[in-house]
Amino acid sequence: MKQVRKTTMAALLALSAVGSAQAQIVKLDGSSTVYPISEAVAEEFQKARKNVVKVTVGISGTGGGFKKFCRGEIDLANASRPILKKEMEACAQGGIRFFELPIAYDALTVVVNPKNPLKQVTVADLKTMWEAAAQNRITNWKQVNPAFPDAALKLFGPGADSGTFDYFTEAINGKAKASRGDFTASEDDNVLVQGVQRDPGALAYFGFAYYSENRDKLKALAIVDPKTGRAVEPSLKTVLEGLYQPLSRPIFIYLSELSFKKPEVREFVEFYLKNAAKLAQEVKYVPLPARAYELNAEHLKQGKLGSMFGGEAEVGVRIEDLLAREARL
Amino acid sequence: MSSSAPSDVALIRAEIRRRKRRDLWFGALGVLALALALLTVVTLFINMLIDGWARLTPEFFTSFPSRRAGQAGILSAWVGSLLVMLVTASVAVPLGVAAGIWLEEYAPKHWLTDIIEININNLAGVPSIIYGLLALGLFVYTFGLGQSIRTAGLTLALLILPMIIVATREAIRGIPQSIREGAYALGATRWQMVRHHILPYSMPGIFTGVIIGMARAIGETAPIITIGALTFIAFLPPAPLVGTPPFVNFEWLSAPFTVMPIQIFNWTSRPEAAFQQNAAAASVILVAMTLMMNGLAIWLRYRLRKNLKW
Repeated sequence: MKQVRKTTMAALLALSAVGSAQAQIVKLDGSSTVYPISEAVAEEFQKARKNVVKVTVGISGTGGGFKKFCRGEIDLANASRPILKKEMEACAQGGIRFFELPIAYDALTVVVNPKNPLKQVTVADLKTMWEAAAQNRITNWKQVNPAFPDAALKLFGPGADSGTFDYFTEAINGKAKASRGDFTASEDDNVLVQGVQRDPGALAYFGFAYYSENRDKLKALAIVDPKTGRAVEPSLKTVLEGLYQPLSRPIFIYLSELSFKKPEVREFVEFYLKNAAKLAQEVKYVPLPARAYELNAEHLKQGKLGSMFGGEAEVGVRIEDLLAREARL
Repeated sequence: MSSSAPSDVALIRAEIRRRKRRDLWFGALGVLALALALLTVVTLFINMLIDGWARLTPEFFTSFPSRRAGQAGILSAWVGSLLVMLVTASVAVPLGVAAGIWLEEYAPKHWLTDIIEININNLAGVPSIIYGLLALGLFVYTFGLGQSIRTAGLTLALLILPMIIVATREAIRGIPQSIREGAYALGATRWQMVRHHILPYSMPGIFTGVIIGMARAIGETAPIITIGALTFIAFLPPAPLVGTPPFVNFEWLSAPFTVMPIQIFNWTSRPEAAFQQNAAAASVILVAMTLMMNGLAIWLRYRLRKNLKW
């Protein structure tokens, strides 16, 4: 037995010894929401650089991405929400200091079946539907609001590991991850699209891109901004103008300071900021104003490390607020 | 007595007819069950074929993934799958076959080997994600092998090891005891007996087990995701064969990679409908790869059995 173990270990060591000469690879991982933008940038970058610098993008969720990021396994983390306090602590422990770069906006879209006569919904209505207390209790649209149709309420949403779930529950129920549990959850947004398409009484929420590709099968509800009382439909324009609240959310890439010292990573990030606006729009996200990308580049140049959110889960941050903020580690 | 004889015969005949009818019923039920299973598979496959037909072009095999569905291909995925399978086979087959032979021919029969046996049978039923978690802790972090082709190959090797051991043992058990005794009678050592008789005779069964294991491994997604396979990767690992001495290059072992099931999974979760076609086309190819491996197993078994003359 000892002999066998020795031989196995030797074989493994021999395997690990070969091929330590690594090519230049820029590694990204994290949120599936940010993935389409990073993928588009990676694709264009490799084309532009004739494959001298290689880029890989993985999907392990915002939280999973930060775990790898804070252990120094990847150069950039894709994140659909700001970094949390405990993640900042993990990074500090791992000796990773970082830049926080907002790269686009997404509109969390609340959709219903086209047969549903409803056109708009208030945050309070959504809370009545989704809060934890609604479990097994709110099962009909009429219970939410007497003006709503008399139909069984079927809820669909993303699973509890997704940043989208975190953001929606924070914005609607007031606390991240506080939600009723008796809804159909799927990590695959296409499952949610199909669910709403098949059931006239269904309601779901997910990123704008999935609504945008399925406009003929779904109806997006206008959300009444609790601060202004105006019902606003999700669109490029309303998000850019800061009107679609509180379900507009910025999405980010986080860049490790150590990685930024590598010329290939620096080149990639510069390419990212230069092309993010165009590519984000192509994959159905809302680009930031040009000023925002310039500001990101300035922050990099000045070495402004840290997060603008201080580790808090925050909702309803408008683009101009975001630009005015100071980052802290 | 003599008067009751004809009716006895009639009774017996009626009983026989009834039993034959039951036999027929069971046969029909079996055919129905088989047809149902086959029909499901064939329907699914045809459905995928119709969805993905337009995408099954040579460019699909030679293109990297892309955000544009029409330009996206499975080059990095099928190369990744192939290389991972190569590592899996070269680790799992020698280990599994050796373990099987030892357990059948060498191991003393006592409680320790009984425990080993039970454990191997249990391992064959462990969910694959558990192997992924084990590999993440052991290969990726403890041994520092990284999220590489080597790690994925070793993980899947662990996964199919019990299957190969069980198949090897089954194959060895089918060999008549008289063959062993004959070899010993002619003065063969145990190793000579294994080398010249047990191994060649059990080869058909071992091959079948190996290839069924590989066919399972190629479709595995969960453990590969757990150890950190990538989703977007638009370059290939370094080539294993090079033009300069020593002609072989092992750098590909530590290269980042993706595999077919992950590529398919990613495409099915895309919002654009065009990616669903890509997913269907890639699934057709994955199923074809699995069928080809199973076909190879059947052919090899047939070929090897033909040469056996007991």
